[in-house]
Order: sequence, then structure tokens, then C-alpha cells
Amino acid sequence: MELQAVLMAAGGGSRMTDLTYNTPKPMLPVGNKPLMWYPLNLLERVGFEEVIVITTKEVHKMMSTDPKMKLEPVKMKLDVVCIQEDGDMGTADALRHIQPKIKTDILVVSCDLITDVALHEVVDLFRAHNATLAMLMSKAHEFTETVPGQKGKKKTAEQRDFVGVDQSGKRLLFMANEADMEDGLSIRKSIMRKHPRMHIKTGLVDAHLYCLKKAVVDFLTENKSISSIRGELVPYLVRKQFSKTTNSQKNKDDVDDQNQKKNDGSMNHELLITSRDEPLLQLAQERSCWNDHHGDMSEAYHGGKMRCYVHIMDQGLCYRVNTLAAYIEANRMAPKLFEEPAVHPSAAISERCQMGSDSIIGAQCQVADKTSIKRSTIGNSTIVKEKVKVTNTIIMHGVTIEEGCNIQGSVICSNAVIGRGADLKYCLVGNGQRIEPEDTHTRTHTLMHI
Amino acid sequence: ELTKEEKQRLRKEKKQQKKNKEKKDEKASRESDKEKKSAAPASQPPTQHTAQKAVPASAPVPLPASEAPVPADKPAKSKAELKAERRARQEAERASKQGKKGEVGQQAATGKAKAPPSELQPVVKRLPEHIQVDNPDVLKKLAKKLERQQVCIYVYYGYKVSLFSHLHQYSRKAPLTQQLSIPSTVIHPAIVRLGLQYSQGIVAGSNARSVALLHAFKQVIRDYTTPPKEELSRDLVNKLKPYISFLNQCRPLSASMGNAIKYIKKEISNIPSQCKEEEAKRKLLNCIECYINEKIVLAAKAIAKYSIEKISDGDVILVYGCSSLVNHILCEAFEKGRKFRVIVVDSRPRLEGREALRRLVQRGISCTYVLISAVSYILPEVSKVFLGAHALLANGYVMSRVGTSQIALVAKAFNVPVLVCCETYKFCERVQTDSFVSNELDDPDDLIVTRKGKTQLEDWQKVDSLGLLNLVYDVTPPDFVDLVITDLGMIPCTSVPVVLRVKNVDQ
Repeated sequence: MELQAVLMAAGGGSRMTDLTYNTPKPMLPVGNKPLMWYPLNLLERVGFEEVIVITTKEVHKMMSTDPKMKLEPVKMKLDVVCIQEDGDMGTADALRHIQPKIKTDILVVSCDLITDVALHEVVDLFRAHNATLAMLMSKAHEFTETVPGQKGKKKTAEQRDFVGVDQSGKRLLFMANEADMEDGLSIRKSIMRKHPRMHIKTGLVDAHLYCLKKAVVDFLTENKSISSIRGELVPYLVRKQFSKTTNSQKNKDDVDDQNQKKNDGSMNHELLITSRDEPLLQLAQERSCWNDHHGDMSEAYHGGKMRCYVHIMDQGLCYRVNTLAAYIEANRMAPKLFEEPAVHPSAAISERCQMGSDSIIGAQCQVADKTSIKRSTIGNSTIVKEKVKVTNTIIMHGVTIEEGCNIQGSVICSNAVIGRGADLKYCLVGNGQRIEPEDTHTRTHTLMHI
Repeated sequence: ELTKEEKQRLRKEKKQQKKNKEKKDEKASRESDKEKKSAAPASQPPTQHTAQKAVPASAPVPLPASEAPVPADKPAKSKAELKAERRARQEAERASKQGKKGEVGQQAATGKAKAPPSELQPVVKRLPEHIQVDNPDVLKKLAKKLERQQVCIYVYYGYKVSLFSHLHQYSRKAPLTQQLSIPSTVIHPAIVRLGLQYSQGIVAGSNARSVALLHAFKQVIRDYTTPPKEELSRDLVNKLKPYISFLNQCRPLSASMGNAIKYIKKEISNIPSQCKEEEAKRKLLNCIECYINEKIVLAAKAIAKYSIEKISDGDVILVYGCSSLVNHILCEAFEKGRKFRVIVVDSRPRLEGREALRRLVQRGISCTYVLISAVSYILPEVSKVFLGAHALLANGYVMSRVGTSQIALVAKAFNVPVLVCCETYKFCERVQTDSFVSNELDDPDDLIVTRKGKTQLEDWQKVDSLGLLNLVYDVTPPDFVDLVITDLGMIPCTSVPVVLRVKNVDQ
């Protein structure tokens, strides 16, 4: 078997607590499908037959019991591994937890990734160059929609990520976060000597899709200090590409050299997993007249055994739904990913309702006369009464909207009730909340008091 | 009373009939298999059966003449409806006549694999599929075969120059893997990786490709388990067939790879049926190791030993492109203390000479670097030319990287000796006298170059009359080659068939 897929669905959604305090992030409806469905669909379309899903017990229960969460379209075998909810477990810790199940190289996907990337581009880099890590990144799009519930323009000073790639744009040379840099960006001279031309990009979104060699998982079991893939493991691997001990110039090493290498960095040794026919591979590489760079005296890959590659998407969808703004944008774009009809066949829509073609109506909905629904997503089993105007809104499941309401640019969570004649602009209504009739709200959060 | 037009039509038909009969009588045996292929859609099924049975009995088709039947078929095809019945009748008659000959011929054809071609019945040489891309029937057959093996077929790319329209042309930006499922189940992952490396050029060069192929086969054999009720000797060969088709689609197989595959298949078929699986696998892995050791590593050492005798102090040696064997020879000679300098000649678009230059300079050899357009300028300084080969053909021609025949020609004009270095496992039973019939077309986009921010050929596909041609190989006639250095010794170019015969007898 070539690759095993691992889906990380135990995240808490710490940056959108308004939505996730009641529904766990993997089950949030996007385009009337649970968020988890999108990466699972991507894996299935590409040809995976089995996925290891790491999630919490709550999500597992919801996956299997809740009929409204449509997971039937997924035909793959899901091997669900439940971990504790406490949130101390990072992604790398989760990988360590399932290490006995891992038999080959793995493809780690995060549950909040919505993308239509041609996955073979990432995996081809992994295969062709025998890479240790291959990941996916995308050019970031500005979110143009107003985020509901935000008073005023909040400029989130997100910590920027600096990603350095070589001239071909595929080899990953440098990765650091602004938070780790005190007075500036420092790049080792050895890297500059080997790759004199480096492109440093900051506006990239990390899709959290990684192809990792099996040796990396084994390495994680030895080193329990690494707990997050993105935060710690990936920068570590990128740095270790150019570490002195991983570059052996002439590989006719004698025993002393080997011992020295072992003492220098026992960490590196595990990562340099060699296949059983290493001398044959060496022979083939020696005889091949190919080099990945020109202009200096070193052989292909500068003799380095570890290589990290990145595929940067410039066209196509790639969203990570981890903030409210991303959630709204994803809802807008998600229908492009699947060809199901926008209106579910079991929804009862009356004829005198004006519905835009870019709206999605879920199953068993009831939409009464004289309503106008534009650029919105309406979840399953929602009741919309007469004379309601719904624009730019995301309405989750089981919501009741009484007559005469006017809802604009808002997010209404499950089982909420909007009273008659309410006027909501850019609001976020929490689970099971009830808006009184004739209420007017602009840019407010209304959450359930716990 | 027939009208004037009808009379004209009758006259035309009679003329065509006569012409056809004459054509058929002349090239009856030679044309039969080609016409049957093209007339297949037109002729009726029962006659096709008998016609195909008569194919093995036909005379061999000389390859240079293969061009002639192809254009002749085209006008015949367009009037197929008119002549279908007539042809069917003629073929039925001929088939009945050759029916008796056909049975004998078929036995001889099956016996071909074991014994050298029987002197009783001449053996037909069918044209390989990879040089019949413009023939839709062959394409259909190829597609069906690939579908059966569950290997995806490549989509052809770009406008092809008409002289080479019978060859495949692919684009590197559309790899075969986009049609494969990601954890590839049908094709072994090691083979997928190898195919990717071939198509992207990461593994390039005849020796490197063979070694990488054998390495991948080792992994395949290791991961192989015999299904119940099957024999390893037969099942493993069947398993290898789709892999080989896949690799062929990624990049056409080289002659060295072909020989290696033949060897492996022979070894697998020779495994006795009572042999246990573990032992059989161990034997096979051992065979592969031996093959690589003997034919590639030790052969390189032997060739180096012979070549060093030919290199004297003060020599100026010209090399072309990056041949792993020639580089090895030069490095060995330098280490043995010979004083010489090297001129590396390079050509676009591959610019492989840069890699050769790097390897030689790293060892300390003093080198000069020129492009092939300057070869007649630099040749008066040269005392010897060392060339590598991709394959040595049975009529003594050397098949090598495009540009090699140019170098050999200019060297001949300047009376500079040309030495070709080639291991015996690259010797091939094919016969070729020109570079058109069987060649490889590389990605045409490689010819596009960006200078000062301007890419002139960016939209070459939009210009209807423009075709980009990126040839990979060419053949050098034996008159230009003075000596071939192989692991069996230093032989003249025309002794290649002798070596092949000796090899066949050995096996």
C-alpha cells in the first residue's frame, strides 16, 4: 500500500467559539453538509478506500447517530479513533497515538479543509523526489463579506508566516512564523550558499495537508516533545534538510564516522531511513544525468537525503474554515464543489417565493409565500414563514423564522427561533436562542448563557 | 443502354480492379498484413479470420519499405465501400491457397521464440505500436490493451511535425498520475514512482534507467505473493505486463531496459514449479543483483580498462552530452595518471553537457565547454572523440542522443578517430538506417526559452502552421565510427551481429 489517509477531526475551533460552543467544529454545516464531509469527499474522489479518523467521542456519536448529518455519501471505510476532549493533545500527539496503525507513508488532512486541488500534484512531488514531507499551500484570498457580530472593523493582527521556496517554487527551504522571530528574518548561510535564489512569500494559506514518510511517525514516537504538526514538526523538518549531519558527501563512510553521526544527532538518524537497496538507488542516481540545480559543484539535491516540498496552488478553491469569516466565505463557495441541486428535492417551496440561484435549501424545509431568499444557505428542517426576506445569511438546521422577518448578513445557529417581524443585520444568533418579535439587532452576538 | 456516366464509372472500376490485382500480385505477401490491418473495418468478419491465420505465413516486411504501404493504404481505404466485396473475394481465394501454408507457418511462428528464425518459413516482422500513432486502428488496439491492463492512456499533446506524426508526443505538465488513484493499487507504488521519475527526467540516461527499473522490480518481487492456485513463474510475468505498459506510456522503453526485461521474464519463467515462494523470490533477487553487477558495473570497469590503453598523454578528448560510461572512463583514466584535457560539447534543449562538465571538473580534469554549433571550430584541436551510445543496432548503426551523428560526421571530415563505448547489454536486434522511423519525441515546450522576460514561443499552439520538434535520438552510420569498445573487447562496428549471435547461442 502506498499511502494511508489520516483525518484530524479533533480540533476545537478555538477561533470561532461562537459557532462551536455547541456544535463541534467537524460537524458544522457548510452548504448543508458537515464540515468533515469535504476532506472525506476529496479523499474518496482521489481513490482512497480507507481513512483513519481521529476525533472525539462526541463527534463520533454525532457522525453515527444524527440522521441530519449526511455521511452516507461517503463510501470509504472510516476507522474512527477517539481521543480525549481535553484539548491537550496536539496533532503530532494524535499521530503518536495511532502509530501502531501506521504501516506506510501517510497523508494527513485537517477536517476544516475545503479544496478542489488536484491531489496528485502534491503526491507526485512526494513520490518523484522521494521527499520526507510534501505539503499544500494556497494563495490567500481576502474575505470580503462583513463578519456578523463584529462591532466595527476589527483588524486581526494575525501572525504572518514566512515561507521560503527555491527558484522552481517547489522545494521548501525556509518556514518560520513571525512570532518566533525577535529582530528579523535570519537565514543560515549554508542555505544561501546552496540556494542563492530564494523566494520568500507571506501571503500563503497553509492547507494543513501533509504527506509524511513513515519514518517521521516513528521519529515522533521517539521524540515526545513535539506536539503539533504545523507548529513544530514541519519547521523542524524544514530546518533539518540543511543540517550538517544529514549531508554526507562521499557515502563510503567508515565505522567511526557512523558512530560520530550517531552521537551528534540521534534525532537525525531515524529520519534518514534507508531502503534495503540503498546502494542500487545510489547507483541509479549517480548514473543519471540529472541535477535539480545548476551552477555549483554539488550533485543533485546537494547530496542531502531529506527533502521537503510544497505545492502552491494559485487557482482553485482552498479554504480553511477556522474563523467566522472563513466559515461564511466557505458557505458561499462550497456549492461549487459538488453538483447536487441547490434545492433539496424534499423541500417544500411555495411558488410565490423568490429564490436566487445561488442559494441552497436543505432537506425537509418549508418555505412559505412571498419570501425572498438571496445568496443564502438554509439548513435542513427549517421553517420559513411568509413575507420573510433573507439575504446573505447562513441558517442552520431546525430554525424557525416567523413572518415578516428581515435577516441580512447573519448566521443563525441550529434550533433558533426568530420571532415575528424581527430585523437582524449582521448578527450571530446562537444555538436554540430565541429572538423576540419586533426586535431589531445590528451586529450583535446573542449566545446561550451557560 | 448505359449512360455515359455509368460507362465511365464501369471503366474506372475495371481499371481500379486491374491495378489492385497487380498491386496484390506484386506485394501480395508484403502488403497483406498491413492491408488487413487497415481493411479490417471494411472486410467481413469470416474472411478476416482466415486472413489473420495467413499472416504468419507472409514474408518479412523490410522496415524502410514500410513507409510505402502506408500512403498506398490511404486511397484504398477511402474507396473501401466500393471494393469491399471484391477484396473479400480475393482474400478468400488467397486465404484458401495459403491456408495449407498457413498452418505450417503458424507452427514455425510459435517455434520462433525457442529456436532462431526457421529457415523454412520466413518470419513476419510486425511494426511495433509506438511508431504507428497515426494509424487509428493500431491506436484502438493499444487503447483496448491498456484498458484490459487497467493502465491509463496518455493524451497526445500539440501539433506534430508531419514527418514525425507517427510518434507519440506528450507534455510533461499532464502526467499520467492524474488519472491514477492516489494510493495506487493497480500499479505497484514503486513503479508509479519510477514512471514519474522517467517522465520528469529525474532518472535519465540508459544505464540509470535500467538500474532504476531493476531496483523497482526488486521491490515488486519482494512485495509479491502468489495467489492460490497460481504458479509463480506464470503469474508474476502476467503481473509485470501492466507495469511495463505503464512505464512505456510514461516514457518509451530504451533498448537496455528492453533487454533487462527480457532477461527478467526469462528468469521468472525458468523457475521450477516445485520451488517454494521464498526461495524463488530469493533466487530472482539474486539474479537481478548479478545482472546489474555483471552487465553494468563490471562491464564499465572492463571498458575503462580497454579505453585507458587508447588514451595517451597529451590527448585532447571530445565528448558529447552526458554519458555515464564515458564520464566513468575519463575519471578512471585521470586517476591512473594519464594527462589529457577534455572538450565537452553540449546542445539544447537538454544541456546535459553541464552535468558532464561538473562531474569532470570536480575530479580535477581540465575541460572546455562549447555548444554543438562550434564543433567544427574546435575540432582541429581534438585528437580523439569518445561517444556514448543508447543502443547498438544489428546493422552496426549507433543510436545515441540527437547530435551524435553530427559530431561523428564532422570528426570524420577532420580525420579524427571516433570511439563509441557501449556495454553489450545495450545491443539490440533492431535494424535502422535513418532517424525517422523509430525515435522518441520529447515535450515540445522544452524548446521554449525566456530571455529578458520575453518568451517568444509562448503561444506556439495558436499558430496553425507551427510545429515544435524535440527529437531525442539519432543514428550514426558505421562508416563514421572507427571502434566500438565493449566489455568483450574492442570490436569494429560491423561485428555487432556477431556478438548478438554469440549472445543468443549462450542463452
